[in-house]
Amino acid sequence: MPQPSKFASVLAGARDTVPMLVGAAPFGMIFGALVSTTELAPWQGQMMSLGVFAGSSQFIAIGLLASHTSLLVIWFATLIVNLRHMLYGASLLPHVRHLPPRWRWLLGFLLTDETFAVVDSYYRQHPHDPQAHWYFLGSGLAMYLNWQCWTLVGLGFGAVFPQLQSLGLDFAMVVTFIAIVVPQLNRLPNLCAAIAAGSFAYLLKDLPYKLGLLVAILVGVGVGMLLTHLRARATTNRNLA
Amino acid sequence: MTATLTILGMAVLTFFIKAVIFILGDRVTFSPLLRQALSFVPVTVLTAIIVPMILAPQGQGLELNWHNPQLVAALFAALVCAATRQQLLTIMAGLAVFFGWQYVLS
Repeated sequence: MPQPSKFASVLAGARDTVPMLVGAAPFGMIFGALVSTTELAPWQGQMMSLGVFAGSSQFIAIGLLASHTSLLVIWFATLIVNLRHMLYGASLLPHVRHLPPRWRWLLGFLLTDETFAVVDSYYRQHPHDPQAHWYFLGSGLAMYLNWQCWTLVGLGFGAVFPQLQSLGLDFAMVVTFIAIVVPQLNRLPNLCAAIAAGSFAYLLKDLPYKLGLLVAILVGVGVGMLLTHLRARATTNRNLA
Repeated sequence: MTATLTILGMAVLTFFIKAVIFILGDRVTFSPLLRQALSFVPVTVLTAIIVPMILAPQGQGLELNWHNPQLVAALFAALVCAATRQQLLTIMAGLAVFFGWQYVLS
C-alpha cells in the first residue's frame, strides 16, 4: 500500500478534528468575551490563548483574575487542572517515543483533551502508521488555529460591548462549567466529591488568596477517593461471601 | 505587568506538564492512587469555582431564594444537562433563563 504524503496525513488529522473544532468554538468565543470582565487587556487575552492553550485552565484563570486572586494560587490552579495531560501523555507515549525531541516538545504543546481523543482513536485503528505524528500535528494545529480565531472573535465582541460584566456575562462561565460537570456526576464518588468540593468552596470562600478553593478541591478529591475505596472493599467482601 | 507575569507562568507550567511525559518517557510513572486522585480533579475544581458564584453572586451573604437569577438559571441548566447531555443546549438554555429571569425581576 503506498504511503500517503505528509501533507495528506496533516489534512486527515485536521479533518477528523472538525467536530471538536465546532465544539471548541463557542468556548473560545466566551473566553475572549470574558477577558473584558477582568483587568486583562485584549492582547493579554490573546497571549493567554497563544501561550497557554488549555481551555479549562484559561477559564479558571479568568474567573480567578476577575476576583483578584493572587498569582501563586492561579499558578497552582493551572498546575492541578492541567495534570490530566500527563495521563494523556503517558497513554500516547508508546507512539511518540521514537520521535526526535523537537517533535515531542511540539506535540506536547499541542496536546489538548480534544486532540487526545482524536489521536488516541487513530492510533488504536492504525497502530503501525509511520506518519501518524503528522496526523497528530494536523489535529493539534487545527485546534490551535481554531482556538486563536475564536478567542479573537470573542475579544472583539467584548470590546464592542464593554458592559458585559454588568450584563452578567460571567455567568456564561458558570453555565459552561455546569455543562462540563453534570455529565460526570453519574457515578456516586464523583457526585459526592463535587458536593464536598462545592460545600467547602462556599463555606471557605472568604479565606484570603482563594485558599478556600484549594482546600475545597483537596477535600473533594479526598471524599471521592474514600468512596471509591469503600465501594471497592464492599464489592470484594460481597464476592468473598 | 502582574497579569503578563501570571500568563507567562501559566504558559510555562502548562507547556511543561503537557510535554514532560513525552520528553522523560518511561522515567515517570503514576501510581494507581495518583491516577485515581487525578480523575477527581476536573469535577471538584469546576464545582468549587462555580458554587460560590451561584450561591452568593454579590460576594456577600447566601442568596438562597428565587430573586437570585444565578441560582435559578444554574439549577435549570443542570436539569437540562442531566436530561439531554447536550453541552451547547445547556449553555444556551442556562443563559436564556439567566437573562430572562433578570428581565422579569427588574
